[in-house]
Amino acid sequence: MRILPFAKRNTKEILRDPLNLAFMFGFPLVLLLLMSAIQRSIPVNLFEIQSLTPGIAVFGLSFMALFSATVIAKDRKSALLQRLYTTPMTAKGFILGYTLPVLPIALVQAAVCYATAILLGLDVTIGILYAILLILPISLLYIGIGLLCGSLLNDKQVGGICGALLTNLSAWLSGAWFDLTLVGGAFQKVAYALPFVHAVEMEKAALAGNLSGIFPHLWWVLGYAAVTLAAAIFFFLRQMKKQ
Amino acid sequence: MDAIRIENLSKQYKDTLAVDNLSLTVQKGELFSLLGVNGAGKTTTIKMLSCLTAPTKGDAFLMGHSIKKDSAKVKALIAVSPQETAVAPALSVRENLELIAGIHGFSKEKQSQKIAELATLLELDAVIHKKAAKLSGGYQRRLSIAMALISEPQILFLDEPTLGLDVIARSEMWDIIRTLKGNITIILTTHYMEEAEALSDRVAIMKNGKLLICDTPDTIKQKADAQSFEEAFIRIVKEARQ
Repeated sequence: MRILPFAKRNTKEILRDPLNLAFMFGFPLVLLLLMSAIQRSIPVNLFEIQSLTPGIAVFGLSFMALFSATVIAKDRKSALLQRLYTTPMTAKGFILGYTLPVLPIALVQAAVCYATAILLGLDVTIGILYAILLILPISLLYIGIGLLCGSLLNDKQVGGICGALLTNLSAWLSGAWFDLTLVGGAFQKVAYALPFVHAVEMEKAALAGNLSGIFPHLWWVLGYAAVTLAAAIFFFLRQMKKQ
Repeated sequence: MDAIRIENLSKQYKDTLAVDNLSLTVQKGELFSLLGVNGAGKTTTIKMLSCLTAPTKGDAFLMGHSIKKDSAKVKALIAVSPQETAVAPALSVRENLELIAGIHGFSKEKQSQKIAELATLLELDAVIHKKAAKLSGGYQRRLSIAMALISEPQILFLDEPTLGLDVIARSEMWDIIRTLKGNITIILTTHYMEEAEALSDRVAIMKNGKLLICDTPDTIKQKADAQSFEEAFIRIVKEARQ
């Protein structure tokens, strides 16, 4: 299993950076605590814990995309990838090696997020387990975005595109921070043509224990994940050949 | 036995012919240096031999395996220490070595044994638990070479292994390379003439992708009618311009 040592290394690269840990686990929790405090002072339906937590769990994944893209872009910049390309590891090994570490981290991130929500008053139901498990298909979407950006951009550009643009898109167009119907019009149409709001609505349905309510959102998420991953693999292999 | 046999190898990048019809052989256990000014085609040659870049024409055979048709077998018997220090910065010295050994499918026991051997050979014991990012340039270069050696390669490519090192670190690196001589076939590229002369069994000088001469350092000096190897190199390269 040549993939495992490489996947293990990528996990360490991500988890050993204290800034990564702060953004992956700390920042979503701060948002959860802050919004809950606001909700206590000025009650807003959207910021009730059962509505707020799914949005923050999905938003937290945008940092996963940023960190995996940064690892790939830095590996491309250094000669490490060039060295690894001369080993018997195949293209499939590289792609899985960058993809696999993010899945368990994403699950842990979601579990931490929902555990904090329980402390803040979220009812303990089977819906929490469904919501945590449904983080996996959403993670594939963000992993695809990370792999795509890491293959196309340098480490500085990754900071701008994934760090600023993706986190903002993921926040504004997901309906996590405000009701998209309040804005309506083209903004709402664009938001529903993208996967972020579908990811949040799928999580909300799962948390409510409404498994039939995860559709058609799951298809949107999986469709975008498939297209993004396919593009990511294409561009990763292209830059590998260019080496 | 030939460790490397290069047959009419060429590489064309758009308008640039980086390597032009190169043919040569390297014996098993030989330390063979590729010399040339910038853009001579040394790094492109190494990239083709290590299956990083496909040749436009020709072929090369490493221990009898074609770089074009049998790249998986070639990759299993080579190792490359690239020009830039290629290490994983957040991993310790030991973890970097475990990464490469793991990718080559070594068992845990074999990994530990190889790491202990290489730590002694390259004097990495004192920094074995230190993160690669915190190492000095000299130690990073040693780690880079240890990462290349851990897979027990039959052919080792060292691309400018002493670039940027101070005099002492360079001298120590020469000692390390000397200990490897004879056991494995080494292809070395360098800009330092004294390094090539001191370490190499044979030297090839390239310019604009073409091979100008390939012989022992002493014979090259004689043929160029030069007092020093550096003078011989300059004369051969300049005469090729005319």
